[in-house]
Amino acid sequence: MQAFDTAQLPRDPSSVRFEPGPTEDKLILSMGPQHPSTHGVLRILLELDGEYIVRAEPVLGYIHRMHEWMAEQKTYFQFMPNMGRVDYLHAMAWNWAYAGAVERLAGIEVPERGEHIRVAVTELNRISSHLLWWGAYLLDLGAFTPIMYAFDDREILLDILQAVTGSRLTYSYFTFGGVYNDVPDDFASRCLAFTKHLRSRLPMYRDLVTDNVILRGRCEGIGEMDVDLARRYGATGPVLRGSGAPVDTRRAEPYSVYGKFDFRIPAYSQGDAMARYMVRMDELETSCDIIDQAVSNLPDGPCSAKAPKTLKPPKGEACYAVEGARGKILVHVRSDGGPKPYRVKLRAPGFSNLSVFCELARGTLLADAVSILGSLDLVIPEIDR
Amino acid sequence: MSPDLLSFDHPLTRLVVGLLCVFAFVGLNGLVLVWVERKVAGHVQLRPGPLHVGPYGLLQPIVDAVKLVGKQLAMPAGADKYLYWAAPLLAFAPVTVCFLPLPFDPDLAPMRLNIGLVLILAFSGLGVLSLILAGWGSNNKWGLLGAARAVAQSVAYEVPLLLAVMSVAITAGSLDLYEITGKQGGWPWQWYGVQNPLAFFIFLVCAVAETNRAPFDLPEAESELTAGFHTEYSGMGFGLFFLAEYANMIVVSGVAAALFLGGWQGPFLSGILWFLVKVYAILLLMIWMRWTYPRVRFDQLLNLSWKWLTPLAIIDLALVVIIKGIGG
Repeated sequence: MQAFDTAQLPRDPSSVRFEPGPTEDKLILSMGPQHPSTHGVLRILLELDGEYIVRAEPVLGYIHRMHEWMAEQKTYFQFMPNMGRVDYLHAMAWNWAYAGAVERLAGIEVPERGEHIRVAVTELNRISSHLLWWGAYLLDLGAFTPIMYAFDDREILLDILQAVTGSRLTYSYFTFGGVYNDVPDDFASRCLAFTKHLRSRLPMYRDLVTDNVILRGRCEGIGEMDVDLARRYGATGPVLRGSGAPVDTRRAEPYSVYGKFDFRIPAYSQGDAMARYMVRMDELETSCDIIDQAVSNLPDGPCSAKAPKTLKPPKGEACYAVEGARGKILVHVRSDGGPKPYRVKLRAPGFSNLSVFCELARGTLLADAVSILGSLDLVIPEIDR
Repeated sequence: MSPDLLSFDHPLTRLVVGLLCVFAFVGLNGLVLVWVERKVAGHVQLRPGPLHVGPYGLLQPIVDAVKLVGKQLAMPAGADKYLYWAAPLLAFAPVTVCFLPLPFDPDLAPMRLNIGLVLILAFSGLGVLSLILAGWGSNNKWGLLGAARAVAQSVAYEVPLLLAVMSVAITAGSLDLYEITGKQGGWPWQWYGVQNPLAFFIFLVCAVAETNRAPFDLPEAESELTAGFHTEYSGMGFGLFFLAEYANMIVVSGVAAALFLGGWQGPFLSGILWFLVKVYAILLLMIWMRWTYPRVRFDQLLNLSWKWLTPLAIIDLALVVIIKGIGG
């Protein structure tokens, strides 16, 4: 695989238009927007020499839904359901980032119980996102079975979240000042039962899948990225932690009650697809730890603070950053004192993570590009917003 | 099929009757195998598999076939009409010939040849031609990549496959599948697969690669090449490739059973039953592997063949020759 000389290739990251290659023996291939491994409507233009990739360039915008523009047309409350649709796999984190930004702007305090519930549901949602990524990534690598086991576990989790929020995928559970409804009485016991169940399954996944020699061959040394490269492109989340920097918003800029909990930030220094894989597998355990701590001493009291029905935050602007399953989610809200936001900026981690792909895919095989793309854990609606 | 088949004296009559029987056998076993594959895959994946059509979903493959027949046969613009439609036929036709020399039972011989093994290897090698034509003829870049992969894979894996088969042929001193089977006994320690496990292992790995089954299903590699060489095929065009894949699986399993597992021989049961039991045991192994492992990468696939299997097969062949020379 290393036989291909990448030094000879043109390095011009500033090129906006994808021009056909200089010679006749190159193949221009449009991977997507309908391709099994781009997980949605991502299109990647590839210039191939045989099966080696000379250039790769993502083409975005196939599922651009103008979320930021919609924010300016709706009241603060009305925009809330949009957040579950930006990244449908980790809807809770987006809920939180928007709710947090507006709360900061309007000066609303969240009660302790509300914070605990927020942490618990967000971490549950992170587990469901990682489990789905795990299954889908192995699907990319040609293993058809693990996704069924992942969905088997995810089903229990979705049942819990359904009992709490009423929906199974695009949650709109957060409200300004806390969460919409208090959790059912058996929420804590169901969460604890689930984390116990997941912990008992993880060793099996490690033995059957992670330690498989074919999987290792497809992941180790593929798409290597050092911290510098990751930082230059603004990569966050498991992609950054997979290249050795243990940076996590939950620890670096503690928000909510994360400071109270004891959990570790997994990081691997290899920077390849396997490192990113291992980070996510470890984060399943980390999330289990956090859920255990959050629900085992759930404080009494209201789950939400009283917020005015028609919210009119004072003039000003506020930012709120949370750690999503794919990286740092940041929502910036600017208010002109009216009932609608003046401007809402959504910072999606997937967009930065995808940008690294052009660098990583250069000189690899087509099959490796699929592996790299999968290891970045992209959700296309989040990238296009 | 009955042993009366042998009473046809004229070779042409026997060939025609044998071919008809083979078509029936391939069709029936193809359907059964599709059901087995879906059922095994279902149970591996924590789901029941086909359930509703017929008892235990047994009629599901027939319904699938009816659906495929009913679909429109589409051809992409700019495709080569003749190559495009010749490919699925070419995929299926040689496989049926491969069934002719298979030793189902000492009394049940569609066609007994003293070079049956060579015939099977020659005709199964033709299968890759159809993949090239399909990939090239369909005027599709994914198809072309799939076809290119199919050629390299076929060339790489036919070498160790032939070497492994040769070591058995030398041990038995014959290329006739009946004679090779007859030289083994009914008990496992009399099988060439147990006496020469290395050749058996190499044969099995190559068989999976030759039939383009996961983890070596690179020519179609769904998640990389959408569907590889048969991306553009619909309806029975795809159906014939599908059937050819299953027929190929039955052929290689039949050859493996005859060469390495003593074929029809075994205690208690009748010959044809033992043969089918052994064939289906190997088929189940292939299905199990497909639903368990991820796909290998292309360079890893070629490395495995040229750096490991081919040298090992040569060593194995040399050992067999030496032992045979000392013994005989």
